Amino acid sequence: MDIFNNANDFLIWTRGTGFNIAIAIFIFGVLIRVLEILLLGRKADYSEPRGTQWGPGLKTIISRSLVDKGTLNRSPFVVVVGYIWHIGFFICLLLFVPHIELINASLGIKWPGLPSPVLDAAAAVTMFSMLAILWHRMTHPVMKFLSTYEDYLVWLLSFLPLLSGYIAYHRMINPYPMALGLHLLTVELLLVVFPFTKLMHAFTLFLARWYTGAMMGRKGVES
Amino acid sequence: MNRQTLLEMLQQQGVTRRGFLKYCTALTSLMALPPSMVSAVAEALETARRPSVIWLSFQECTGCTESLTRSYSPTIEGLIFDHISLDYHHTLQAASGTAAELAREQAMHENKGKYLVVVDGSIPLDNPGFSTIAGISNVAMLKETVANAVAVIAVGTCAAYGGLPHAAPNPTGAVSVSDLVPDKPLINVPGCPPVPSVITGVLAHFLTFGAIPELDELGRPKVFYGQSIHDRCYRRSFYDKGLFAESFDDEGAKKGWCLYRLGCKGPMTYNACATLKWNQETSWPVESGHGCLGCSEPNFWDAGSFYKALSIPDGDYARAAGYAVAAGVGIGAVAGLLNKNTKANAVAKHSSVSVDDFAVNKNNNNEGA
Amino acid sequence: MSTLTLEKGINALKEQIDAPVAAFFSSCVHCGLCAEACLFYTETGDPRYAPINKVEPLRRIWASEFTLWGKLKKLVGLNKTVTDELLQQWEPLIYDGCTLCGRCSMVCPVGNDISTMIRKVREGMVASDHAPEGLVGASTRAIKIGSPMGVRLKALQAQIKHIEADTGLTIPVDVEGADYMALLSSMEIINFPEYIESLAKIFKQADISWTLSSEAYEATNSGIQIGSSDIARELVQRVVDGAEKLKVKYVISPECGHAYTAIRWDGPNLIGRPYSFKVVHILELLDQLRNEGKLKTTGQFDKRITFHDPCQIVRKGGVEAQPRNLLKQVASNFIEMEEHGKMNWCCGGGGGVSANERADEIRLKAFKRKKSQLDEINVEVMVTACANCRLVLEEGLEENNMDIPVIGLSELISDHLTEE
Repeated sequence: MDIFNNANDFLIWTRGTGFNIAIAIFIFGVLIRVLEILLLGRKADYSEPRGTQWGPGLKTIISRSLVDKGTLNRSPFVVVVGYIWHIGFFICLLLFVPHIELINASLGIKWPGLPSPVLDAAAAVTMFSMLAILWHRMTHPVMKFLSTYEDYLVWLLSFLPLLSGYIAYHRMINPYPMALGLHLLTVELLLVVFPFTKLMHAFTLFLARWYTGAMMGRKGVES
Repeated sequence: MNRQTLLEMLQQQGVTRRGFLKYCTALTSLMALPPSMVSAVAEALETARRPSVIWLSFQECTGCTESLTRSYSPTIEGLIFDHISLDYHHTLQAASGTAAELAREQAMHENKGKYLVVVDGSIPLDNPGFSTIAGISNVAMLKETVANAVAVIAVGTCAAYGGLPHAAPNPTGAVSVSDLVPDKPLINVPGCPPVPSVITGVLAHFLTFGAIPELDELGRPKVFYGQSIHDRCYRRSFYDKGLFAESFDDEGAKKGWCLYRLGCKGPMTYNACATLKWNQETSWPVESGHGCLGCSEPNFWDAGSFYKALSIPDGDYARAAGYAVAAGVGIGAVAGLLNKNTKANAVAKHSSVSVDDFAVNKNNNNEGA
Repeated sequence: MSTLTLEKGINALKEQIDAPVAAFFSSCVHCGLCAEACLFYTETGDPRYAPINKVEPLRRIWASEFTLWGKLKKLVGLNKTVTDELLQQWEPLIYDGCTLCGRCSMVCPVGNDISTMIRKVREGMVASDHAPEGLVGASTRAIKIGSPMGVRLKALQAQIKHIEADTGLTIPVDVEGADYMALLSSMEIINFPEYIESLAKIFKQADISWTLSSEAYEATNSGIQIGSSDIARELVQRVVDGAEKLKVKYVISPECGHAYTAIRWDGPNLIGRPYSFKVVHILELLDQLRNEGKLKTTGQFDKRITFHDPCQIVRKGGVEAQPRNLLKQVASNFIEMEEHGKMNWCCGGGGGVSANERADEIRLKAFKRKKSQLDEINVEVMVTACANCRLVLEEGLEENNMDIPVIGLSELISDHLTEE
């Protein structure tokens, strides 16, 4: 890289300016996306409610993380691999000590991490399951039909932080500042595209589930 | 000038041949050469002539020289250092003023094309007057001195990468030796200061092979800088198990757990501290309970707090986030209101649908009429 | 020539965007699970029937008009536009390949209520004149004649006369001040007049004060099916006017799925105010009578029987326990289908699909889903609570040579009423 004299400068940039830019775009973009949803609001509903909205809405936020039996039977692959990669991703993100340090430094909360070999395995399983999901996306008639360039881009940008993190942990690229810098850069790329892509679902699914749960709850339907 | 071989010099100092071979064995292993090379190393060193060395000190703190000379009992490394013909070193030499500069010029002249130049300290470029020796600016002296040198050794992080003088905002415009000497064999021996045996090891390598050792992309000899502190750290197992000291006096610290959370830069630092240690192998920073500062890496001074974990971004990201929140809320509110407006306009523009509007019905009506 | 244009369609789609829709589109990750919840996909294997694909026109409007990012894309011409060709292409997906059953909305892992969005897309389809002929016809008859099937008051009066003569019961009409005003669906008047008879019997036994209205007897609402709030509003208004004229306390929604959605949930929002009366589904009322001990039955139906949940009543209406309570009282051999209640599979003919002749072929294909559900449990009789489901089921069963009679739940109850 021309603008950097050496790997250390690259790391310093990704830990400093790069991260600042990425986190700013991320927060800026996410807030805009969430506000432009929320401010649209809903029309008042004049029909006589059978149930409440808040309780069922909150319940649906939780319950939609669980799959119904029929869906599990009909799409076991998407369901199981979907769980694995999401859980694996969050294990890697939230239980690796260096990540906890970052969270602690930014938000002031911390928790114990997992031993490195466990995370190592989690990362490997997660990456493998992501590859499996990609293969499924490219071959399953419905997923293939629905997929746009954005789906593949988002897949790649979600996969790269795992891969670069794995590489950095195992020091497969030398020197280490280059490996760590690449890891940070891939994370920053993910943060930058986040607000403009379906990655937003990580936030908006709470809204979506709540609205659906509330609307159904109002009718007395458990969702 | 009649110059002794190394062996002759050592013998004069009372070192036995057995001691010499022992040293050669250690040196061979230090340089990561196979044991079969011991005799070759011994042979080379036995006959090595004293090389002329010109030591230039620019914007530096003399810490590197201190590191090299502060061994409190004589070691063979120390003797190697004694063996070289240190023809110019303004901290150590007895001569001063014109005589001192004369010594440098004489050494350059007599050993043209054969002498080594060792540099410690960075070179200011913003104003040559920031650092001068005998009225000669650092940059001029460096260029003049290296012109006919066989090789250059940049000792310490200042000489190797600019070091502290180069730290933001770099008031003197300090640069490293490599920035000014692009065309000479150059060995960087960074560290603040470098491990003494690494300095002598590099010299010994040069004496043994007459060439510079294999270097990494930052110009450092791979034998000494090939592995990270983290990889060779005796506390590494605690890192892998997830056991960390969280303050300098907690239970974890007392038990010798990993110092990552206290800001240890071991994972990104390539140096030999963890294996060669300091103070005659007594200890080294991590062993003494303090995280690695990463001093052998370029710009280590600008790489964030020594006491923040490596994974914590170093910029003022809280401020960046603050601006982002303000801008996001502001623009998000505007975007939201625009959306509301778009919808309100659509509702206002609504034209009521009646069954008579459908084309099918219109056609039927027409047919009927 | 139509006065309905693409511009009006796009405008109608814009009117439909609200916070939930924006949250739904923001959340979709293209996982494809909704497809497996849709009988039009499972029975055809055609990925175009994936529910989330059906809402593409609405998504395009949302993306380019209601997101800052999309507006920027639009500025440089990178947005996907809604065209007449697109709407024409999507029309069969929206009308023939969706019964608005809402099953997709129950399985979406990010919680998207997709079927509600499909209902919204229909508003745009209507406003741009992309509604199918069958539904246009039904809507036109509903507005002009008073019934999508063209049933006139005279026909109802004839049926009433017939029932009164048969049973000796009185069917009250236009009784001002009655507690309950019952609505009927055209299909009940024409195909299943047993329903009217059952009501009369049950209400007599329970001593319920009720009436029919000669001005507002039709419960079905073609406006809801075709997806036009304007048409739906006019039809709801007739019921509201009728109920308010007779000063009833309750309006009873009959055994009809979408009628319940229309009068119970959508109606007040269409007319823009709460009602002066309450709306109950007949199953809710019957279960309430059962609770109060006013529903005395004798004997139990002992054949293997199952209940087909009408989507609009259960999944979208919240009436799930009531039919089961009632069935347990009168049937000793009640068997649930594997996926039932709020996860039941649609008959394939809801949401206007059965009124749209063009969809006949795919509807019968989609029925295979119900068939395989039935094959698993091997029942002798089916009960449901929607006249439209009943007709669609009957046709599907006949097509597949399955000899399973379908009866209405109210009818089953009335058959077991204790004789006094």
